Amino acid sequence: MADINKLAQMFKELDDQLVGCMRCGMCQAVCPVFAQSGRETDVTRGKLALLDGLASEMLTDPEGVNEKLNRCLLCGTCQSNCPSGVSVMDIFLKARAIMTGYFGLSPVKKAIFRGMLKNPKLFNMLTDMGSLFQGLFTKKVDDMLGSSCARFNAPVIGDRHFNTLSSKPLHKTFPEMDSAPGKSGLKVAFYVGCVIDKIFPHVGEAILDVLKYHGVGVYMPKGQACCGIPALSSGDTETFDTLVDLNMERFKDGEFDYLVTGCATCTSTIKELWPRMYTGNPALKGDINVLEQKTMDISQFLVDILKITPQEITGGKSVTYHDPCHLKNSLGVTAQPRTVIKAAGCDFKEMAEAGTCCGCGGSFNIAHYDMSKKIGGRKADNIMASGAQIAATSCPACMLQITDMLSQKEASMECKHVIELYADTLRGK
Amino acid sequence: MTKDAIVKEFEAIVGGENVMTSETDRHAYSYDAAVLDSVMPALVVRPETSEALGAATKLCNDNGLPLTVRGAGTNLSGGTIPHPGGVVVLTNGLNRILEINEEDMYAVVEPGVVTAQFAAEVAKRGLFYPPDPGSQTVSTLGGNVAENAGGLRGLKYGVTKDYVMGMEFWDVNGQLVKTGSRTVKCVTGYNLAGLMVASEGTLSVFDKITLKLIPPAQAAKSMMAIFPSMKAASETVAAIIANKIVPATLEMMDNFTIRTVENFRGAGLPVEAAALLLIEVDGHPAQVEDEAAMVEKICKANGATELKVAKDAAERDAVWQARRDALPALAKLKPTCVLEDATVPRSKIPAMIEALEDISKKLDLTIGTFGHAGDGNLHPTILTDKRDKQEWERVEKGIDMIFEKALAMGGTLSGEHGIGLAKSKYLEQETTRATLEYAHRMKSVLDPKGILNPGKIIGFRK
Ligand SMILES: Cc1cc2nc3c(=O)[nH]c(=O)nc-3n(C[C@H](O)[C@H](O)[C@H](O)COP(=O)(O)OP(=O)(O)OC[C@H]3O[C@@H](n4cnc5c(N)ncnc54)[C@H](O)[C@@H]3O)c2cc1C
Ligand code: SF4
Ligand code: SF4
Ligand code: SF4
Repeated sequence: MADINKLAQMFKELDDQLVGCMRCGMCQAVCPVFAQSGRETDVTRGKLALLDGLASEMLTDPEGVNEKLNRCLLCGTCQSNCPSGVSVMDIFLKARAIMTGYFGLSPVKKAIFRGMLKNPKLFNMLTDMGSLFQGLFTKKVDDMLGSSCARFNAPVIGDRHFNTLSSKPLHKTFPEMDSAPGKSGLKVAFYVGCVIDKIFPHVGEAILDVLKYHGVGVYMPKGQACCGIPALSSGDTETFDTLVDLNMERFKDGEFDYLVTGCATCTSTIKELWPRMYTGNPALKGDINVLEQKTMDISQFLVDILKITPQEITGGKSVTYHDPCHLKNSLGVTAQPRTVIKAAGCDFKEMAEAGTCCGCGGSFNIAHYDMSKKIGGRKADNIMASGAQIAATSCPACMLQITDMLSQKEASMECKHVIELYADTLRGK
Repeated sequence: MTKDAIVKEFEAIVGGENVMTSETDRHAYSYDAAVLDSVMPALVVRPETSEALGAATKLCNDNGLPLTVRGAGTNLSGGTIPHPGGVVVLTNGLNRILEINEEDMYAVVEPGVVTAQFAAEVAKRGLFYPPDPGSQTVSTLGGNVAENAGGLRGLKYGVTKDYVMGMEFWDVNGQLVKTGSRTVKCVTGYNLAGLMVASEGTLSVFDKITLKLIPPAQAAKSMMAIFPSMKAASETVAAIIANKIVPATLEMMDNFTIRTVENFRGAGLPVEAAALLLIEVDGHPAQVEDEAAMVEKICKANGATELKVAKDAAERDAVWQARRDALPALAKLKPTCVLEDATVPRSKIPAMIEALEDISKKLDLTIGTFGHAGDGNLHPTILTDKRDKQEWERVEKGIDMIFEKALAMGGTLSGEHGIGLAKSKYLEQETTRATLEYAHRMKSVLDPKGILNPGKIIGFRK
C-alpha cells in the first residue's frame, strides 16, 4: 500500500478540477442520495470537500473518504445542474481509480472484473450455466413482472425481486449478424450490452425487429464485451481499458453509419467515458473518437435519423416514462423516447419527477441496498401515481431496479423498454 | 466531561446515528458557501425533534461547547463555519411544515424546511410566500430568518423579516422562549422575533417559526429594457420609483455580465448593450396594464434603446432565465467567485457602478455586476483563482474598497448575505463603537458563556 502522502499527491492532480466547486451547495437540491439521508458527505459538495481535504493533507483517513465516495449513484444529476460547471463525474471516476490503486481491488471484484468481464466467452458460459441452475434458488413472485426473489436468504440477494438470467441469451439466438442496408439505405452496428444480452434478450430482439422493419442493415459482431462501466466505477481502469480494446477490436471491421444501443448506460459510457477515461493504446484514440461520434441511443436513432413520428392513440395501453440518468443527464436525450412511445400508438402519461434517478446505480444497489430501495420506492410511487398501465424506460439496468421496486409494492404493472412497445405495435400486437 | 462521555450524552438525546464524530463527517461540516478557510468541528449532531434540539443546546452550554446551528450551509458570509472544538447542530432533520392556515393566512414550520418546498406547498393552497433567495431550492427557513434573506421580490414584497410573525426558540439553558403570535397585530412583550431576525445563530437556536402568507398577484408582466449606459439604466430605476410605481422585481446587469450570460446560454441577449433592466410589474390585471405602459414610457424617456415585453409565459420565463443565469455563467469563468452584496441608496447606484469600474481597473480585477437595482442591492462578483496569491491579495483589497465606497455613500455592508465572519471586521465602521459594545453587552447576558456561534457578526470582545 502506498503511503498517504503519495495518495495526497495523486489527488493534487485533480486540483484543477476540484477548485471549480464554489461550495454553493446547490447540488443538495438534486442529489437523490442526499434527499434520503440529509448528510453532507452524501452530496457532491461534501464529497468534493473530502477529496480536497485528502489533496491538501488535511484528512488522514482515506478509508473513510473512500467509503463516503462510494455512497454515490454516479447518476450525474449534480453535474448537469451545477452552476459552476464542475466536471463531477470525471472527478469521481478518477478519484475512484486513485483509491483503487491505493487500496487494491477487492477479491470479489477482482474475480468478477478481471476473471470474468475481461473474458466475454467465459462470462457467457458462466451466465449460461447460471441460468440453468438459478431455478433451484429462486421462486417466482410476480408473473406479470417476471420477477423472482431469493428462495433462501442469500446475502447479496436480500429481499430483492429480481429478473432472472434468461435461459436463452441474445448471443445464443443471434450469435452474429451482418445484413445489408434495405430501404433506408442505412446500416448500424448494434452494441448489445450485458444486461440486454443476458437478462432481457427480448429487448435485443425488439431492436433487431424494428431495424429490420425500417430496412436498416445490422452489423453485430460476436464476442462483444461489457462496455466497462462496472470496472471503471470501481476504479479498475486496467479492466476498463482492456474492455474498450476488446470492443474496438470487434467493431473495427464493420462498415456502418451509426452504432446503436438499447442501454442508456452503454451509450453514455461509449460516448462520454471511452474518449475521456481510456488510458490504453494511444493509437486507438482516433478510432474511439470516430466511434463515439457514431454512437446513439436507439430512440434517438429512430426519431432523429429515421424520423418516426407520434401516431394516433390506437387503443394501446397507457404508458409512463422514466428518464434514465445516463440518457438525460449525460446526453440530454429526453424527447425521443417519449416520441417512440407515442409512435407506438400508446397513451403517454407523464409522471412526476420522471427525471430523477431510480436508485440503481450499478454496484450502489448492491453495496447500499437500503438507500437504493428508498430512492427507488419514491420512483415506484411516482410511477403508480401516474395512472399508467406500463412503466417504460430506456435502460435495462433501470428496468431491473424499477421491476424490483414495483414488484415489492405489488403494483401489478409491467416495466418495459420503449423499444418493446414500438416493436409490439409493428408486430401488430 | 471527557469527549467520549459527551458523545454518549448527545447520543442519548438525538440517537446514535445522529451523532457524527468521524473525521470525514466533521470535515464535511467545516465550510459553507463563503470563500473562507474551513474549520473542523469536534462533533456534528442532527436532532429530529424540538425537544432534542433544546436538549442539545443545553448540553452544549453546560459543557461550554461552542455551538453553530447549520441549515443548508449556503450562507455567503461564513456564518456556519464552526468554532474550533465546537459542535455543529444540523436542522435539516427538523423539516416538517406543521400548519398552513388558509383562513388566517399564516404557516407554522420547523426551522429545517427548505424554502422552495415551503413556497410550493403554500402555492398549492392558492397562497403566496414571497421571499425567494437565489438559494431557495436548498436554503432553509431557519437559515433565511437567521440571515434575513431577501430575493428578487424584495423591492415590492420585502424580505424575510417582513414575514416573521412569531417564533419559538431555545435559549442557552434549554428553555423554550415564545414570541409573536398568529395574529396580524401583536404587541405582547419585546419584539424578540425581530431581534432574532438576522442574528445568525448568535442569540438563540430557532425552533418553530410562524410565517405570514399573502394572496398571490392576479397578473404579472415582465419586460427587458436595453440601455446605452449604466447611468441611463440607473436613472431609469430612480425614475420608475419616483413615479410611484413599485415593480415586483427590478434587476440590473452590466455589460460584462450580459456578455457572459449570452456566451453561456445563447438566448439572444444584446451583447453590445451597456446595461439591461429586467422588470416585472404585478397586481390587479388593470393596474398591471397601466403600470407596464408607464414603465415602458419611462424607460424610453430615459434613453432605453429597445424594450421587449414578454407576450406569454415562455417569454416571461426567458426574461427571468437570463437573470438566473447571471451567477452560474459568471461562476464558470474562473475557479473562485466572490459574490458581494454591498448595498447603496438607489440614487447612488450610478456612482457605485462607477466606483466598481474604478476598482476593477485600479486593481486589475475581473468584476461582473448584477443585482437588485430596485433596492440598491448590487452583487459585484469578483472572478479569480484563490490559488493565485498575488491576485488574491488584490481581491481582498478590492473587497475592502467596495465596502468603503458603499459606506461612504450611506450604504450598508450587506443587503442580504449577512455579516458572519467575513464582514465582522467592518461592523464598527458602519455603526459606532457604542453599537458594538451594546451588542456585546446584550449577548453576554443572553449567552454568558459565549457558546452561540462565537465570533460571528460582532466578533470577539476586544
Ligand atoms: C447560489 C446562492 C445564491 C444565494 N442567493 C441569495 C439571495 O438571493 N438572497 C439572500 O438573502 N441570500 C442568498 N444567498 C445566501 C444564503 O443562501 C442565505 O443566507 C440563506 O438564508 C441561508 O440559508 P441556510 O439554510 O443555508 O443557512 P445556513 O447557511 O446554514 O446558516 C446561515 C446562518 O443562520 C444560522 N442559522 C441557521 N439555522 C438556524 C436556526 N434554526 N437557529 C438559529 N440560527 C440558525 C446559522 O448559524 C448561520 O449563521 C445565496 C447563496 C448562494 C450559495
Ligand atoms: S453545485 Fe457545483 S459548485 Fe455548487 S457545491 Fe455543488 S458541486 Fe460545488
Ligand atoms: S452523481 Fe448522483 S448520487 Fe452521486 S453525488 Fe451526484 S447527484 Fe448525488
Ligand atoms: S452498461 Fe451495464 S448493461 Fe450495458 S454493457 Fe455495461 S454493464 Fe452491461
